[in-house]
Amino acid sequence: MSTVSVRIPTILRTYTGGESEVKAEGATLRAVIADLEASHTGIAARILDDNGKIRRFVNVYVGDEDVRFADGLDTATPAGAQVSIIPAVAGG
Amino acid sequence: MAPTPVNDLTPAGNLGPATALVCRECGHRRELGAFYACEECFGPLEIEYDFGGLTRADIESGPANIWRYRGLLPVPANVADTPNTEPGLTRLVRADNLAEALGLQRLWVKDDSGNPTHSFKDRVVAVALAAARELGFKVLACPSTGNLANAVAAAAARAGIRSAVFVPSNLEQQKIITTAVYGGTFVTVDGNYDDVNRLASEIAGEQEDWAFVNVNVRPYYAEGSKTLGYEIAEQLGWRLPDQIVVPVASGSQLTKIDKAFQELIKLGFVEDKPYRVFGAQAEGCGPVSAAFKAGHDVVRPVKPDTIAKSLAIGNPADGPYVLDVVRRTGGAVEDVTDAQVVDGIRLLARTEGIFGETAGGVTVSVLKKLIDDGRLDPSAETVIINSGDGLKTLDAVSPVVAPSANIAPSLAAFRAAGLA
Repeated sequence: MSTVSVRIPTILRTYTGGESEVKAEGATLRAVIADLEASHTGIAARILDDNGKIRRFVNVYVGDEDVRFADGLDTATPAGAQVSIIPAVAGG
Repeated sequence: MAPTPVNDLTPAGNLGPATALVCRECGHRRELGAFYACEECFGPLEIEYDFGGLTRADIESGPANIWRYRGLLPVPANVADTPNTEPGLTRLVRADNLAEALGLQRLWVKDDSGNPTHSFKDRVVAVALAAARELGFKVLACPSTGNLANAVAAAAARAGIRSAVFVPSNLEQQKIITTAVYGGTFVTVDGNYDDVNRLASEIAGEQEDWAFVNVNVRPYYAEGSKTLGYEIAEQLGWRLPDQIVVPVASGSQLTKIDKAFQELIKLGFVEDKPYRVFGAQAEGCGPVSAAFKAGHDVVRPVKPDTIAKSLAIGNPADGPYVLDVVRRTGGAVEDVTDAQVVDGIRLLARTEGIFGETAGGVTVSVLKKLIDDGRLDPSAETVIINSGDGLKTLDAVSPVVAPSANIAPSLAAFRAAGLA
């Protein structure tokens, strides 16, 4: 299995018992989020909208790459990858 | 059941007329506090107010800076008593020469290079500092493209608190120096602004008493840009212009000027009349312009490549709301090349004696393009924003401007140079 680290933003830490970083399994971002949901019920609906797409104001990175520049939810998440979920409402 | 954020600082202190935070996306409402993203959908939180019986006379009797509008901002009534940089009430310059050069009848330049650290960022930082104090934060921090770095470092120095500023390492040398001089923690990061912004968001999740002004204090910070709109209206004699051209980086300034105009209309401080809002971007970082032209209501992020570094935000947080405002008001978003940015800086300097930074060049050249294309009404009263000082972006014009001659200190040499 492909195990990755997921950095959890402050407003989602109630789902992870306050943890700022959790482990998850999956070869793609889609699988990682499904695994997160299995361990932390309710978290997927915060990250994805009703159509299963990444919410407009969420930025997700695999390593240094914004997945919107890669393959979105199909972006590969190799073992040891760092996934970061970050509110987009910032900057400027 | 809605989960509760785990980083609750102290309950909100005195935030003046502010009453609540409301999500712009889903309308979810919550109490005032150190929150910046909606717990339901991650959308941006907007401040709601009760302005009570505020009058124009209350404003006119206030100090000659942004605190005259304190009754319209999320700050305590005694905000002017605590040490701050006292920004605002910058010049609104009647720009007849530039108007003539462009074929406009009446044009004004709101010259925000006149602020304490020479950009509009002093406005937003002053409001963020006041709110951060009320919310219990201890450190004033930011990711920045430069102007914000100056403003945060200076405001923290004046307030006697620590600053922590993060900028892309390829920033203009002028903006590096004009940040470092104020002291504080100042970090250059090997990445573009969007990388620095991401880093700041992650640090904000760890350092709970750090107020990243444009991240975790953003709802308060952004309100500071409303003062540009209030001042323009007051300086025009409590009137709204017909058209306004605003530079777009994150898009916050443009949306807040519109918010200010709407508030003034609702309060009855100005006549309710149509006005059109235009956004200005550089071609090398024009994601909002591209979305406008494509008819999209979402903004696809880009990797910035432009000399207009203060506007080089590839993933603009308020981009969708800029699109909403310009479409609602009948405006547009346009972009110009780096060469046109330089032309714009020179045109403003040569016609009005105002040396704008690259963002000002973007705005002037977009104004010209909109007039040339017939999308801006040349007979309508127009305002443009010069958001920062050309002294901070000397590299942009140093290759194309120079002294007329170099001569020996003699009258003969002067005559020989043909300068008379």
